[in-house]
Amino acid sequence: MGSTGGLRARPGPGTGDRVTRILGWSTLVAVAATAWVGLVVSPPDVVQGDLVRLIYVHPAAATTCYVGFGLCALASLAYLWPRTRSWRWDQLAAASAEVGVVFCVITIVTGSIWGRGSWGVWWTWDARLTLTALLLAVFIGYLALRRAIADRRSRAMVSAIFGVVAALLVPVDHEATNWWQTLHQGNTLLRSNPLIHGWQLVGMLLSFAAFGLLFSWLLVHRFRVEVLEDRYEVEGFATAIAERRAEAGPAVGPGVGPGAPGAPGAPSVPAAPAVPVPTPEPASQS
Amino acid sequence: MWRDAVLVGGKDLRVELRSRVATMQVAPYAILVLLLFGFAFDQNHALLTQGAAGLFWVAVLLCSLLAVQRSFSIESVDGTRDGLRLSGLDPAGIFLGKAGAVAAQLVALEVLLGFGVVVLFGADLRDPGLLVLTAAVATVGLAAAGTVYGMMAAGLRVRETLMPLLILPVVAPVLLGATQAWMAALGQSSADGWKWMGLLASFAAIYVTIGILGFSTLVEEA
Repeated sequence: MGSTGGLRARPGPGTGDRVTRILGWSTLVAVAATAWVGLVVSPPDVVQGDLVRLIYVHPAAATTCYVGFGLCALASLAYLWPRTRSWRWDQLAAASAEVGVVFCVITIVTGSIWGRGSWGVWWTWDARLTLTALLLAVFIGYLALRRAIADRRSRAMVSAIFGVVAALLVPVDHEATNWWQTLHQGNTLLRSNPLIHGWQLVGMLLSFAAFGLLFSWLLVHRFRVEVLEDRYEVEGFATAIAERRAEAGPAVGPGVGPGAPGAPGAPSVPAAPAVPVPTPEPASQS
Repeated sequence: MWRDAVLVGGKDLRVELRSRVATMQVAPYAILVLLLFGFAFDQNHALLTQGAAGLFWVAVLLCSLLAVQRSFSIESVDGTRDGLRLSGLDPAGIFLGKAGAVAAQLVALEVLLGFGVVVLFGADLRDPGLLVLTAAVATVGLAAAGTVYGMMAAGLRVRETLMPLLILPVVAPVLLGATQAWMAALGQSSADGWKWMGLLASFAAIYVTIGILGFSTLVEEA
């Protein structure tokens, strides 16, 4: 199998290595710094009071969710393009969609808590909220589709098409506050005159860094789990047969006993390879 | 492509006419859904009239699921899906034919449901031009999206449960746009119904394009 930059899976049983440990510790430090600035250093808002501290979680979670779904679409496109087709892109699409769903749930839950405090309701049928809920439902469908298709090649191809189409909702969701009249506030940072300053700005930027690191850490681990699952799917049967033969010992191995392969009159069946076979890359032409 | 579309669409409609599943099962189901809405809001007829547009489109959406499931379940027996793959028909034609057959069934159901909301809910149809155009464009969008996602789930053992999960969130914009446009046409909303028509037309155009371009891969892989 080829590799995709620093995402290469180790041959060992786990998914962690030096890179993920550094990434994990960096994530912890960034989250702690965000919590310190968000809960201790930054002042409460004049209008929203302490409720404004959700600004250090909600926007960063939403952005990270968009990144996850966007990455899923890009990896799906790379899989669909015959010249770049590789299992790695399919595995990356699956991993990023799953991590994106986690952040989408965090976005909706924190947004709902914020809505209860500032609008007086847990949920309102606002364009941004509705579209985010739809985005979550669509990507849950994506994950369900992946689980339902047993054949690896079909799963990769069909879910790649689904992933690209599903991600069309991301820009619509992001621009919902500009295209429709909504209760949800518009962009806070991405404008000529940002709406926050001082420690609030520092805290918000820190939260983006913390969530970005957390996303990367989760993505690397999830990607490696996906690679291991694929390896198990491809090599598991051959490896299991080889292990059973090794357990049985040479006396009852292949080629021994009446009717066994290699015995007189028996058809010649090659033994399963003891060493796992390499995963073939998908054909570039469908 | 068009010739193949007419062949496949004609075949699907002939199967439906001969099996009478659409007329004997789906159409009664559609009316039953309207009646259930009526039972649920029995105490408040004004609410039924006010919500007639939304209830109509929810009923259409539920019926479209049945139509799409039916469209692909007839391909799952006796290896007919393999036959379709090996037939040499243009995949884009297969898509247009299957989507066209689903759309034709939905149009018939919409006429039935339209009578239903007028009679049962007391809806007052005021702007027939907007109503009919909205229904036509929304139906194209529903049929195209349903056929694309129906094909994705067609060969799976869990297709009956997976199809609604795939299709319903995706076609939610059709429910929203068509309901808003119909509410404007029924005089129940001050919104510009033609703007919502634009959203429906964009949705339909996107899914017809995806179906035409992507169906060859789906026919091969799904």
